[in-house]
Amino acid sequence: MSLVEVDALTVEFGDLRAVDTLSFRLEQGAALGVVGESGSGKSTVASALLGLHRGTGARVTGSVRAAGTDVQEADGEALRRLRGGTAAMVFQDPLSSLDPYYAVGDQIAEVYRVHSKASRRAARARAVEVLDRVGIPDAARRARSRPHEFSGGMRQRALIAMALACEPALLVADEPTTALDVTVQAQILDLLHGLRQETGMGLILVTHDVGVAAESVDDVLVMRHGRAVERGAVADVLGAPSAAYTKELLGSVPRVDAARPQRPDATGDALLEAVGLRREFGRGKRAFAAVDGVSLTVRRGETLGIVGESGSGKTTLGRMLVGLLEPTSGQVLLSGARADTGVQMVFQDPVSSLNPRRSVGESVADPLRARGDKEVRGRVEELLERVGLDPAHYGRYPHEFSGGQRQRVGIARALAAEPRIIVCDEAVSALDVTTQAQVTGLLRELQDELGLALVFIAHDLAVVRQVSDRVAVMRKGRVVEYGTVDEVYGAPQDPYTRQLLAAVPALDPAVAARRRSARRELAAA
Amino acid sequence: MASETAGAGAITASAPVSGARQFWRRLRTQRAALVAATVVALLVLIALGAPLLALIEGQDPNTYHPHLIDSARGGVPVGAFGGAGGEHWLGVEPQTGRDLFTRLVYGARVSLGVALAATVVQVFIGVTVGIAAGLGNRWVDQVLSRATDVIVALPLMILALALMAIVPSGFPRPVLVALVIGLVAWGGTAKIVRAQTITLKERDFVAAARLSGWPTWQIARRELLPSLAAPVITYASLLVPTNVTVEAALSFLGVGVKPPTPSWGQMLTAADVWYQAAPQYLLLPAGTLFVTVLALTVLGDGVRTALDPRAASRLRIGTGRKREAGA
Amino acid sequence: MTGFLLRRAIGAAVTLLAISVIIYVVFYAAPGNVAQISCGPRCSPAQVQQVADQLRLDDPLYLRYWHFLQGIFVGQDFSTGTAVQHCDAPCLGFSYQTDQQVTQLILTKLPATASLALGAMVLWLILGVGTGVLSAWRRGRPTERILTAITLAGTATPVFVIGLLLMIVVCGQLQWLPFPQYVPFTDDPEQWAWNLLLPWLSLALIEAAKYARLTRASMLETLAEDHVRTFRAYGVGERSIIGRHALRGAVAPVIALNANDFGSMFGGAVLSETLFGIPGLGRELVHAVNVVDLPVVVGMVLVTGFFVVLANAVADVLYAVADRRVVLS
Repeated sequence: MSLVEVDALTVEFGDLRAVDTLSFRLEQGAALGVVGESGSGKSTVASALLGLHRGTGARVTGSVRAAGTDVQEADGEALRRLRGGTAAMVFQDPLSSLDPYYAVGDQIAEVYRVHSKASRRAARARAVEVLDRVGIPDAARRARSRPHEFSGGMRQRALIAMALACEPALLVADEPTTALDVTVQAQILDLLHGLRQETGMGLILVTHDVGVAAESVDDVLVMRHGRAVERGAVADVLGAPSAAYTKELLGSVPRVDAARPQRPDATGDALLEAVGLRREFGRGKRAFAAVDGVSLTVRRGETLGIVGESGSGKTTLGRMLVGLLEPTSGQVLLSGARADTGVQMVFQDPVSSLNPRRSVGESVADPLRARGDKEVRGRVEELLERVGLDPAHYGRYPHEFSGGQRQRVGIARALAAEPRIIVCDEAVSALDVTTQAQVTGLLRELQDELGLALVFIAHDLAVVRQVSDRVAVMRKGRVVEYGTVDEVYGAPQDPYTRQLLAAVPALDPAVAARRRSARRELAAA
Repeated sequence: MASETAGAGAITASAPVSGARQFWRRLRTQRAALVAATVVALLVLIALGAPLLALIEGQDPNTYHPHLIDSARGGVPVGAFGGAGGEHWLGVEPQTGRDLFTRLVYGARVSLGVALAATVVQVFIGVTVGIAAGLGNRWVDQVLSRATDVIVALPLMILALALMAIVPSGFPRPVLVALVIGLVAWGGTAKIVRAQTITLKERDFVAAARLSGWPTWQIARRELLPSLAAPVITYASLLVPTNVTVEAALSFLGVGVKPPTPSWGQMLTAADVWYQAAPQYLLLPAGTLFVTVLALTVLGDGVRTALDPRAASRLRIGTGRKREAGA
Repeated sequence: MTGFLLRRAIGAAVTLLAISVIIYVVFYAAPGNVAQISCGPRCSPAQVQQVADQLRLDDPLYLRYWHFLQGIFVGQDFSTGTAVQHCDAPCLGFSYQTDQQVTQLILTKLPATASLALGAMVLWLILGVGTGVLSAWRRGRPTERILTAITLAGTATPVFVIGLLLMIVVCGQLQWLPFPQYVPFTDDPEQWAWNLLLPWLSLALIEAAKYARLTRASMLETLAEDHVRTFRAYGVGERSIIGRHALRGAVAPVIALNANDFGSMFGGAVLSETLFGIPGLGRELVHAVNVVDLPVVVGMVLVTGFFVVLANAVADVLYAVADRRVVLS
């Protein structure tokens, strides 16, 4: 008997067919990666494995058997035994996936008691045991902490501990590392790998990140529009994809080890100079410096990448560069650009960067109107066309556009001010890789055409490497490494940079295994 | 990618009221809200057409009819059903013999008029204070928030009642009542507007507008006000029924609208004495008041659901709503 | 924790001070002859002059306020024509119309109001939260629809309407209870309770509707959160999810609302007291407003503000003890 048997599974939400006649099998102890972009239906599959669609209005047909239980037909009691007992699930956002009001240990104990006849005391002991197993230091004490007292990585460890508590035969992990920094992601993936070797449980890992799948599973299933596009061993699918879509997907994934298009050396004169920038937040005892003494130069026509994990101060730095934040000390010197609108920004969140109550045309027209132009429509249509949108969509509202299109609108708005420099703050992080590639391509084109300088802020080392000429690596408000892309990625000097690079998931399973042992050595050192 | 899915969900949910059309479409799908809207529309028509209705009946609200009162029995109306009939459709008031139907109909004018006027005052003060606190510097915010706290802390009824002690007497009473209710109950609106302004201020589209070179007041007008409309309308629609109740309560206590101006609350003041002889004298104003407040409340709920569909879809599990990262 | 308590106490004190300033300015700087209003219509010019001196009407406003504040903290003297009366702190002023100290007046009315408020609160919490939990649990079923309709009707009914109807039906028609007549607890606890039953019920029914709506809404909101999905995915039963996780999310809003309502009640449940003839603060306030006894009105509003701010502060502290995150933020 296979651990998981999915036959002709179809899930519909109203008119939307999220999963379309999907079938696959997973043997005991095997690991399968379900990979796809947003809207591919991969998370819906994960929920269906535990019968989470029951009673929600979703229409499910076909059959799902997990560890011998028919998930569609099982009665309440059998379903409860299945959920958590034989198959456990780990969710994407570790903060919202735990109850904020109760201690982490108590939540694990609660789940454990559902599936065993254990006493309160025994359940609590079990919680401490599994927390210890997933690498929470001082587990007995931390079990009494509540989720907000944990860091993101620790919370995800706690969720994995909850999954382990009842020794399930199958672990379903839905984007378990998407909300985490790359170094933490590597730790969590290593943890999952270790647990699987130790307990022999099966793993279904749902992810948008091909690299994450390559690191952790034996087989991959590539999904698109609810259907399976390709399935096979990781090395085969990623090494020699047969489906056209898989090829396109893999082609769009930015890599830290692939060749980059060579560009002429950026030797233009300095447009912007940041000197000793420092920015503090909070007052009195709680004051801390988000950015602490950063000096940078942006030259005409080049792309300066700024890379760092969450809390490194990269966004604060970006906001000071465009003048949205006043530095506490230090200054931003501009030469040859107007101080008010000469530096523009493209924002991270395609949802919050456009006013939902104003048409995109009006948003793009803002810089034109603000400087007093009366006839703006023609220019706005020109700009929309330039960024690859239909100029006839002037009067449409942001919710009528996809994430990638909204980022294009944001770029058009930045261009309307005729800036010399555009700061892109995580401008492509929220996008699917194929869309990501298109947007970075557009930025590159515009840069060449208009001689713009770009400051490209991102947490993704591979994307930064792909688009940048020079790179600054930030950590805790400081620049720890600053140089050309080849210097920083090829011969990193700072240990933190090396740690970051070692944590980037590799697409080749063999390389991934090498990296894993390298990480173990780095951690041991 | 996952955040994009969540993002897409968020955008449909926080739906732009780009068109009032969309709002109407969402409101129309709620049967209860539609019925409530019809009732409210009817009440407004009655209030507006009060003189006409009085003309049709051939009575006016302030004429005493001593001949319809049985003074031997302590002032109860003559005849069955409190003197109801072709002459006086709903009977007459005990002791005075004034026509009940016209008093009820004119009462609708006072009730709805005062409630709406008070709401306008509340929204005006609340929005002004809220935006100023949200956009102003630390000191402006401190002072205005403190003042809002005071207004919220003091119970509406007590403060309105107390204020009625010192208001000038020469003024038309209903206007005074509306002003007093408006002046003591703007705290909630101010709090909501301030909170919304602060959230909106942090949105990237406001940052983008600043980078476009707009001055602050232009940003407030172009970016903030349109987004504030939905929460303010929602809140205001829930204020109206409260204001109806407060007006009725003040008049019931004898400090609101003064006789001879008819008001539902005032009619109830003496009603308990007459419940046996003239039950409609109690039940009519009580029933009308109940129906009015109920209809306004249901309509308010409907408006909220139409403007914030997320509230309606709370029944689904795990909506995947993203929280602010990092507590 | 100590820091939090201190911050909270200072915050409450500042709010109270702000309340006193605003109230003083609004009522004592109002247009019209304050001395004449305070003294009452039957006062002779000499008496009015005396009141004017007492209130220091010739001084600038801030000095007058300072004098008033002093009264609250250290007490002050009032001359009533022939004798001089000392008014101990907290002195809220002197009612010239009734020849009484406002503080004394409030103290005599407090027990009745407290009786009404406490009993009603217990009832409305049980009824309201119970109904809310039940409708969240039975969401989407007929039970919920019926409960929702009832609570909606409850929120739409003014308290004096339900009180009137209850009184007429229960005491008038059915004659199950005599018309309520307040009996102090110290005189006869049993009669005290019987006579307060209707006022308690009518207040509680109306308030409970509010609490039911709030509880249901907060619980449904929690039920829509991701962590509930986690527990469902681990086979945790509906009873646990409702009783442990969803209910926990309703605690904070219910405590906050209750603090405000309970505090406000101490300004007198104006309507119920008037309707049922309970000699409490609310009825006294209505009387004072009708005869324009300014010092009493001002005293009452201040006391109400005091109780609301106090109740809110206590609620915050209670909540902080239960949830340490509050302290951290």
